[in-house]
Amino acid sequence: MPATQTATKLKLSRQQYLDLYYFMRLNREVEDTMTRLFRQNKIVGGLYSSLGQEAVSVGSAYALEKKDWMAPMIRNIGALLVKGVPPRDIFTQHMAKYTSPTKGKDGTSHFGDLENLHIVSPISMLGDLIPVLTGVAMAGRYLGQKIVSMTWIGDGGSSTGVFHEGMNLAASQKAPFILVLENNQWAYSTPVRRQVPIENLADRAKAYGIASYIVDGNDVVAMYSTAKEAVERARSGEGPILIEAKTFRRRGHAQHDPAEYVPPAQREYWEKRDPIAIYEKSLNTEKILDAKGKQEIESKITALLEKEREFAENSPFPPPEFASQGVYCTGDDCHKIRPKWERPIAEVMPPKSSVEPVWAVEGFGHGKSANRENAPIHFGDTQQQASEPTEAKSTPKSAAKPPAGKAAPAKSAARGKARR
Amino acid sequence: MATVTFLEAIRQAMFEEMAADPSVVLIGEDVGVYGGAFKTSEGLLEKFGWERVIDTPISESAIIGAACGMSYLGLRPIAEMQFIDFIACCFNQLTNFVARGHYLWNAPAPIVVRGPSGAGVHGGPFHSLSPEMYFLHTPGFKIVYPSTPYDAKGLLKASIRDNNPVLFFEHKFLYRRLKEELPETDYTVPLGKAVVRREGKHLTIVSYAAMMHTSLEAAEALAKEGIEAEVIDLRTLLPLDEETILQSVRKTNKCLVVHEDTKTGGIAGEISAILFERAFHDLDGPVLRVTSLDTPVPYAPTLEEAFLPNARKIFAAAKELARF
Repeated sequence: MPATQTATKLKLSRQQYLDLYYFMRLNREVEDTMTRLFRQNKIVGGLYSSLGQEAVSVGSAYALEKKDWMAPMIRNIGALLVKGVPPRDIFTQHMAKYTSPTKGKDGTSHFGDLENLHIVSPISMLGDLIPVLTGVAMAGRYLGQKIVSMTWIGDGGSSTGVFHEGMNLAASQKAPFILVLENNQWAYSTPVRRQVPIENLADRAKAYGIASYIVDGNDVVAMYSTAKEAVERARSGEGPILIEAKTFRRRGHAQHDPAEYVPPAQREYWEKRDPIAIYEKSLNTEKILDAKGKQEIESKITALLEKEREFAENSPFPPPEFASQGVYCTGDDCHKIRPKWERPIAEVMPPKSSVEPVWAVEGFGHGKSANRENAPIHFGDTQQQASEPTEAKSTPKSAAKPPAGKAAPAKSAARGKARR
Repeated sequence: MATVTFLEAIRQAMFEEMAADPSVVLIGEDVGVYGGAFKTSEGLLEKFGWERVIDTPISESAIIGAACGMSYLGLRPIAEMQFIDFIACCFNQLTNFVARGHYLWNAPAPIVVRGPSGAGVHGGPFHSLSPEMYFLHTPGFKIVYPSTPYDAKGLLKASIRDNNPVLFFEHKFLYRRLKEELPETDYTVPLGKAVVRREGKHLTIVSYAAMMHTSLEAAEALAKEGIEAEVIDLRTLLPLDEETILQSVRKTNKCLVVHEDTKTGGIAGEISAILFERAFHDLDGPVLRVTSLDTPVPYAPTLEEAFLPNARKIFAAAKELARF
């Protein structure tokens, strides 16, 4: 059973250090802008803050390559930005505008991009993304793409049934999949100890026989280093990896929630550990960022967000008639995804794909192989004859008894047309 | 032309689609080495290998989630429920995630979820369900429920090629009881098209799956009494072929809906409402329903028989309707 590990902090390039800073600042400014919009009643539904958790989103997503796939959760705005989503998409989503990625059909971070950015949309039911991203990872491997998939879950979401089903499937398939378990100590109003009575949520990895890490989620370089190591291991075929990032949700569950259930001392402790302030200090010490550099980044972000916010505010709501459109994918235009094969297709087609359909059990050899022409089904057929009532004509069982006759009407016009 | 069972028709559809398209894979419990609990995937692993025929843990939500994720990279997974009853275990994954994807974020999920359904084989309360109506109420699915081997094969092929999530119900009572000659060449049966199985002028019986055969049997008995019933096989419940139903009822002016699903909230209610909305002036009598009882599916053969519709019950209801 692999023990929980800690990754060694990587030495990054100057640009990488600055990227991490930029994206954390951008994450926070995007959310601050949305808080102002919320107070102006311009956000349609709820607003969920990741204040104090920016290092988790940014550090982990920064470890992914362009070809890799991810699915954010509600507090992973930073991950979306790192993957290449423009802030306007986040603003328009929250404001339910027609220009948003979902054209106003859903809000918040509930959007994706299958074709270019490789982002799967989250839904509100927690844990569902784990098997979905496992499937993404399995398909990527099948197509020979050497991709890794990543999603996030909170301490709260780690108690769902599909969390377990998904992790277990990923592990049994050795899927190249990373789960970042963002332990922010609170699931809405319930503290982690009342949900999961174990010290480290990373210990759950032991149950799946997979590798795990624990990382300080408020240290962006540690977060990135851990995610990078995990991504590389998963890509090389080691199977799924669970990363527990210890952090803290500094705001309530959403804007409406003052979170008075949080002990003030706990909040104070974490407020002193603000991931951006800590990181900025270390960048100053290492002489990577000075006052002038900081000013430049701030101006860049301010100008960008001003433009993006204006675009969103000036965008229209979707027209009412749009409500009835798009339930089904009809025609050829709505499904443009073609599998991108990066291995010879012949490998997955007969005769190359053919195998002996038999399990090999370690130490015991093989079972009996196929050719089960006359295998009985579970039940039903054997009891069928015995229970045949005398009044055969009036029972459903007799309906299909003379099969040829009963199926005969199938040879109708529809069938004639289909026949070649 | 070779004569094959309903079950073999299903197997052929999967086999041929997998042979023709490397993006088609099968995922489910015991679908590989064992060939499926009913042997619908017999021989697929042998031919297509471990990567395309995937035995999973007993985790229906994970099966559906993974199939959906695979479809995002261009694959066309077939997910098997060992018995369709277990589709309840992945209800959330299907209704909240898979079905809404295209409407909400332009993400079509071309997956087929298929499995053995229905009663009449003494499977008991957890291996006999007809759970189609749970999903008919969820925008985004297509729902297919064939009644003949020919349709089973053609509709399954069409479902695999469809760009939407399709729930494909296979009535296990028909698996080995029906045999039909199928063409050697590739064919599909289009989704969303009902078919008239028997022509008649006095009343219309709308049904599907195993009950379609029971309805035909009742129609033969009715004919002996001078009542000619037209029997419609829905084949696809969603989208529902309203036109074929309306066309028939405008001719016969009377409609009886027969299904194995329980009565309250069954599709008979929906069809009845459609007829009242769109053919009120054509109706000469009430729209009647012959369905299973509003109870769980009981185990004992005597109870199960009482639970299910049969030709006698259909015959009686049709006689009553014919009086109008």
